[in-house]
Amino acid sequence: MSIDWKQYEPGNFFDELIDPKGRPRTPACKLAKYLGDLDSEELAKRRKMAEATIQEMGVSFTVYTEEGNIDRAWPFDIIPRTISRQQWEKTAAGLKQRLKALNMFIDDLYHEQRILDDKIVPRYLIENSKNFRPECVGISPPHGVWAHICGTDLVRDSDGEFYVLEDNLRVPSGVSYMLENRAITKRVLPELFENDNIMPIDDYPARLFDTLASLSPRRVKQPEIVVLTPGIFNSAYFEHAFLAQQMGAELVEGSDLVVGDDDRVYMRTIGGLSRVDVIYRRIDDLFLDPEVFNKDSVLGVPGLMRAWKKGNVALANAPGAGVADDKVIYAYVPKIIKYYLDEEPLINNVETFLCEDEKQREYVLANLDKLVVKPANESGGYGMLVGPHSTKKDQARFAELIQANPRNYIAQPTLALSTAPTLVDSDNLEPRHLDLRPFILQARDTYCTTGGLTRVAMKKGSLVVNSSQGGGSKDTWIVDTEVK
Amino acid sequence: MMLSRVAERIYWAARYLERVENTARLVSVYDNLLFDLPRSVNIGWFNLVVINSGTELFHERYRIQDERNVVKFTLADDTNPSSMLSSLLLVRENIRTARDVLPAEAWELVNELRLFATHNIQQGINRSGRHAFLNGIIEGCQGINGLMEGTMSRDPAWDFMRLGCNLERADMATRLLDAGAAVLLTSDEDDIAGLEQLVWGNVLRSAGAYMPYRRTMRTAVNGPDVANFLLSDEHFPRSVHFCLERIAAAASHLPKAGKQHRSLKLELPPYSIENDEHLGQAFRDHLNDLQLRLMEVHASIAENWFLHDN
Repeated sequence: MSIDWKQYEPGNFFDELIDPKGRPRTPACKLAKYLGDLDSEELAKRRKMAEATIQEMGVSFTVYTEEGNIDRAWPFDIIPRTISRQQWEKTAAGLKQRLKALNMFIDDLYHEQRILDDKIVPRYLIENSKNFRPECVGISPPHGVWAHICGTDLVRDSDGEFYVLEDNLRVPSGVSYMLENRAITKRVLPELFENDNIMPIDDYPARLFDTLASLSPRRVKQPEIVVLTPGIFNSAYFEHAFLAQQMGAELVEGSDLVVGDDDRVYMRTIGGLSRVDVIYRRIDDLFLDPEVFNKDSVLGVPGLMRAWKKGNVALANAPGAGVADDKVIYAYVPKIIKYYLDEEPLINNVETFLCEDEKQREYVLANLDKLVVKPANESGGYGMLVGPHSTKKDQARFAELIQANPRNYIAQPTLALSTAPTLVDSDNLEPRHLDLRPFILQARDTYCTTGGLTRVAMKKGSLVVNSSQGGGSKDTWIVDTEVK
Repeated sequence: MMLSRVAERIYWAARYLERVENTARLVSVYDNLLFDLPRSVNIGWFNLVVINSGTELFHERYRIQDERNVVKFTLADDTNPSSMLSSLLLVRENIRTARDVLPAEAWELVNELRLFATHNIQQGINRSGRHAFLNGIIEGCQGINGLMEGTMSRDPAWDFMRLGCNLERADMATRLLDAGAAVLLTSDEDDIAGLEQLVWGNVLRSAGAYMPYRRTMRTAVNGPDVANFLLSDEHFPRSVHFCLERIAAAASHLPKAGKQHRSLKLELPPYSIENDEHLGQAFRDHLNDLQLRLMEVHASIAENWFLHDN
């Protein structure tokens, strides 16, 4: 039996590959035809091949469980998700615009705070923010940029438009999986790359390297760049090692680094201590430097903040950048863009209700069964309420939480997330919901990945795409439909 | 400049990789040897445990010293830190945390080898599939070494691999010779005549040295020549002398960082082997001395490059 797209039923959702009449969308034409020609045996074979490839490549992520940390093979669906190049270029421009404005916002918050004086963003929001770092006031990092690496989550609603769901400005992860997903797909569906115009994505590590190198305090030809990882037990350790390897940078742990009496950072090498210029840190702010933040942190480096404040080392992302990565601040981003750039946002936010506002809170509490409620400062899909999939008990619990700490919660309408055909069982294609996380870089220049990491909820009807919560992923193809 | 922590992990990855291959070789040679031995000869599988210094641990785990238990303990037991699978896991863990300085394919090959080993371990334990299984392991190890040889820059990462690999090889050569000497010392006088050639021939095979020995020594297999070959040959890559030369060469490329380094140039204590008389208990003591010296070499490597007091 081969695939009959007429039988494929995305329902009322926007499907990335197939239109409501069962015809492939333009960027998916060649893919759909190719898949249609594969019989179910061949499809099952390719899927097996993908699983074997993932194990051989050692692509894994760590899940924290009560029994300890488990290293799991990366969950991957072999059917790619396609987007046309024109649409992507528009989206990428919007993402760069957004990051530029967010960086101006952060820089302003740690200097004059004009945006607060002008009452565009309420001052108390910043004063109450868990992620505002008074230690960073008055610091001027290179290029005025604080968030050098941003992972922004996009969703597509039933109208087919992209919306921003959240900005991750602290230590966003997933880009290595984006790259590995492509490497796997090339091995599993090699024929497609011959006759479809799929845009390459593999320049990311080089662009990341350039971004980091441009932050170096020393004007030397080969600045020493390191990736600082919390270590092997971190869920994203695979990615830390992957990026270090791809960039030719050192992968270091806190204990490999030391800050000297000269307030410079050194790493312990086989030839003695050697100066470090740029640290791509994958450790949260609060663990970076036990002298300043969490006193018990063994992950960080004593004195690191001293060295950074003196401009002797660059940190990416800069400490304090997370102040703009807050789901309440998120609601103000369209105004932030307008304020600093005097431009209309090119990508819209999802409608957001702020629980700290009395009227909006009343609405949220009355509609908990329809809304998605999120804490302002969590990531990874933890601590969320998905209204339509929740019990009365869940809703009552969230009502209490919201009333106890309204500043900490926002709510959004339950989105009709777009779908794409996903292999379930061994040879059956069904629609599954997905999102997209592109990665945006900013230092002297800005850059946006060609596509991003597509995450897919593997359970029927589920909207939770996080890999820590049973989500999977797909390769994302930006297809140039205008080249013959 | 390479991180000390990374250097240490590379060094251990190389040591464990060599250990995986050596363990597979050992079991494979035992497999052959025991077919040929007269029944009256009292050496058994348990010698494999003794060679790898696992006697105590073995007795904690098993009561019967039979083939199945010994092979299981040596190849598969994850409570035995020097079992083949344990070593392979440690190769992977060390490479996993030092991936950034190794060729990307090395990581994939190690994963493949580990999958192969864990999926087929039962074949190694049962006698019928053992030969093919062990060959698969040895080829896998050689594939990884070949990849490194063919693609790695001759930078410090390479030198640390060479240090680990050669130290482990030298250590294994002494253990193989000791195993041979032990068998002959514990056998009855009457059996020894035919036994010697068999035992020393298998010692050579364990080290992959049979053909090189024949070509170099141009003589029949006999104890003194085998011992001299594996200890002092200048050209065979698994002789103790050769490995020590390589260790000194690799060390000479590495930075000194203004420290006074302990020398890795190890003078072999003099011990002359001219006839079978010289392969008795004094020989075993000599081998034991050698192993202690090799441990000192390891300590010097650690002190020179892995440890920092800021």
